[in-house]
Amino acid sequence: MMSCDFNSLTIHDLLEQLRSGETSSVEVVQGLIEAIGARDDDLKAYVSLDAEGALAQAQEADRKRAAGEDGLLLGVPIAIKDVLNVSGQPCTCGSQILQGYVAPYDATAIAKLRKAGAVFVGRTNMDEFAMGGTTENSSIQVTRNPHDLDYVPGGSSGGSAAAVGGGIAVAALGTDTGGSIRQPAAFCGCVGLKPTYGRISRYGLTAFASSLDQIGPMTHSVRDAAILLEAMAGVDPMDSSSVDQPVPDYTAALTGDLTGMTLGLPKEYFVEGVDAEVAASVRAAVERCRDLGAEILEVSLPHTEYAIATYYVIATAEASANLARFDGVRYGRRAEAGTDPIDMYGRTRAQGFGPEVKRRIILGTYVLSSGYHDAYYLTGQKVRTLIRRDFEQAFARCDAILTPVTPTAAYKIGEKVDDPLQMYLGDIFTATVNLAGNCAVAVPCGKTATGLPIGLQVIGPDFGEAQVLRVAHAYEQSGATS
Amino acid sequence: MSWVATIGLETHVQLHTESKMFCACCTGFGAAPNTHVCPVCLGYPGAMPVMNGKAIELTVRSGLMLSCEIPLYSKFDRKSYFYPDMPKNYQISQYDMPLCQGGGVDITVDGQHRRIELTRIHLEEDVGKSMHFKSSSGVDFNRAGVPLMEIVSEPDLHTPEEAMAYLAALKQILLYAEVSDCNLEEGNMRCDVNISIAPAGSDTLGTKAEIKNMNTFRGVQNAVRYEIARQIDVLESGGRIVQETRRWDPDTEMTSSMRTKEDAHDYRYFPEPDLMPVVLAEAQIEAWRATLPEPPAARRERLVSEYGIPEYDAGVLAADKRVGDFFEEAARASGNAKAASNWIMTEMLRLLGEQEMDIADVRVAPAALAELIGLVDGGALNSNSAKEVFAELFAEGGDPKAIVAAKGLTQVSDSGAIEGFVQQAIEENPQSVEDFRNGKTKAAKFLVGQVMRLSKGKANPKMVGEIIARLLS
Repeated sequence: MMSCDFNSLTIHDLLEQLRSGETSSVEVVQGLIEAIGARDDDLKAYVSLDAEGALAQAQEADRKRAAGEDGLLLGVPIAIKDVLNVSGQPCTCGSQILQGYVAPYDATAIAKLRKAGAVFVGRTNMDEFAMGGTTENSSIQVTRNPHDLDYVPGGSSGGSAAAVGGGIAVAALGTDTGGSIRQPAAFCGCVGLKPTYGRISRYGLTAFASSLDQIGPMTHSVRDAAILLEAMAGVDPMDSSSVDQPVPDYTAALTGDLTGMTLGLPKEYFVEGVDAEVAASVRAAVERCRDLGAEILEVSLPHTEYAIATYYVIATAEASANLARFDGVRYGRRAEAGTDPIDMYGRTRAQGFGPEVKRRIILGTYVLSSGYHDAYYLTGQKVRTLIRRDFEQAFARCDAILTPVTPTAAYKIGEKVDDPLQMYLGDIFTATVNLAGNCAVAVPCGKTATGLPIGLQVIGPDFGEAQVLRVAHAYEQSGATS
Repeated sequence: MSWVATIGLETHVQLHTESKMFCACCTGFGAAPNTHVCPVCLGYPGAMPVMNGKAIELTVRSGLMLSCEIPLYSKFDRKSYFYPDMPKNYQISQYDMPLCQGGGVDITVDGQHRRIELTRIHLEEDVGKSMHFKSSSGVDFNRAGVPLMEIVSEPDLHTPEEAMAYLAALKQILLYAEVSDCNLEEGNMRCDVNISIAPAGSDTLGTKAEIKNMNTFRGVQNAVRYEIARQIDVLESGGRIVQETRRWDPDTEMTSSMRTKEDAHDYRYFPEPDLMPVVLAEAQIEAWRATLPEPPAARRERLVSEYGIPEYDAGVLAADKRVGDFFEEAARASGNAKAASNWIMTEMLRLLGEQEMDIADVRVAPAALAELIGLVDGGALNSNSAKEVFAELFAEGGDPKAIVAAKGLTQVSDSGAIEGFVQQAIEENPQSVEDFRNGKTKAAKFLVGQVMRLSKGKANPKMVGEIIARLLS
């Protein structure tokens, strides 16, 4: 039996090996489970494994392949963030309040991956209900950065990032509400794509902020992100916010050069607050893109400075309603019966939610309260429109925009736990894109002197995934990433 | 001091759709608890609503029937409050941009016609049903997510009788529009009432109380009457009305406080991000308008002018669209509208009432009634036999001519045959013959009755009278 090196094994290469018969899905899944066993005690990327189920799926995939069938992901193991419903599996969302909940249905993205032949090995850790940027807000465990175990993997999809970056997943799914795919991808040295809002169905994604959430791939390569996107994209009758746009052949867009492309640099994004090493790496990446044939020009996104305030008004408002359903009545954890239902809710929610989730529910309840609704929520919606207009105007002049993913590389575990505002500011380059609704990909662009990965963000217009993947891929293939 | 009550009604009407508002679950009533449920209507993590286009159509239909304005753009919002019967702890409803605005309902109370203005009609999802057991409670979510239309009236009503007339007129119009079963017992029509009182002549309204839990029209009337009296009582004894929600208890026939303004919910409305706004095309609205039935009030007038039947008859026949349809078909086919109206009012509706049947289950076809009327009008059947035929039609359905033939009920108009029966009657009743000759009209009726008995009811009664007169003159 060959031994797989999951540190770099891509979906693309694995499929070639499976197609040539060099390896089998069962072998790969067994190898992966062993690798997880060896490494995850340190990383704590996974919150649950389904070895038995995964091996059965792998066997089925091998049987199909032997019978001459193939599929976009036939026999490929994918790690799933614990916020997506996979029929028959728990879905904790990193929370105590979903204790005992077993999903009765597949999210649409999961159903599509299942149909393409993917194998679901395990569920990855996350900040509770995707609220956080370090995965320290998980009520289950603290996940560590594979590049330095004293550092956070980012979040909220920190489990998926650590699994991919730490070589214990071939690829993973994350979700991104304000940067939760791109930021951990940058921190852990992998590729993370937040598709355009409506590109992938949200049905079955436990909602944090419904108008911002998107599912996306976290992978070892840009090509893998393109493969996974293609498998999951498309309109879904179960999600009214999904958009009926044709799904192109994303891998065909990966030409390796940037000739004829115009890339914008927002002048507001290279200012104070951005770590010098991060700025230098991103500037070097920009130069590399110029070498690859792109024209570089300065653009302006003037409302970016309001993005964090706007994001935390809108996201928490929606979250306060989305999380109201966790009341102990129909599923999950329930506190001992109290004097009346309201008392039972209060105690269930007090016990079941962690401090960051409570903070955001209270904030969201406040901004929607009568008397404050217009000043906060309504103003937030107006600013959101301005932010969207910023991007529309910028994309009238360029094909994609280059920025850092985050102002700094990963922080030490515990470093920012007591300073939520500082942590919120780390979302500045990513949350803006969620507010506008367009797409962006994070791709590694070097490391700090201490060896922590740095990420380059390529932002595209609505449904511009092919463009951003082309840029990220050309850059990645130019060999400048490590 | 004299007082004037001001009353506004919020009427909830479950729409008659096959599936729920935001999922494919069945809306059927009376199934075992929690059998018509799915991740969407149970508020499971990750589940998302998908709009039921039929519910939009039925709400717009209702709005058009009630002369509402139909904005081309409307949207859904989340209304947040915690309650065990609410799966998501927010209800998807419509806040500031409902599907229908304005409109009105015409009512008649004590011969006075009035138009009650509507504020709006919006669409939302129904909640589940809490059930309380000895030591625990349960929730049945079968009803959760059923499309529910809320029709809000202006505070434009002043008496319990007006409130009742408004509800009756509204129900009639909605039944005409075929948007709901409007069955109060099954809870698919419910209403909340806002009541305040103020001194007569005052131009400001008093503090209002909202009354809930009436499940019959009579209950609404009684609750309104009780609440007006209660509020007058409070004010006249020097007290103040507090803004509150009160519950009607149909057993004690009293209202009692549920919660005061201090406990009122802050619903924290915001646009539902999981649903797109509803954008209607003018052409679509017009296409729906084209399929609307004639409203009941217009039909009443037309039945009088077109068929020449009395206003009273028109009111009875138009009350239920299906009865009106039945009448018009029978009247047209028979060419005798008054006879059709009489048959329907005196026979058919009476039998339906006695047997607790719905017109939908009636076995008499309008064409059959028309044929029966034709047989009577053509002299082939006398009225007693016709009633027998109708009873048979009502019980079994079928064709009147075949029933007449099978029962041998064809009227005897053969003067020879009738003369035979008359001769026999004369011979058997000499006393009556004498009385008849002495001018006693009672005796004439008796002899006619004897002839009818001898002919087994088939003799043409008009001919019988003429022959008796001729033979005994």
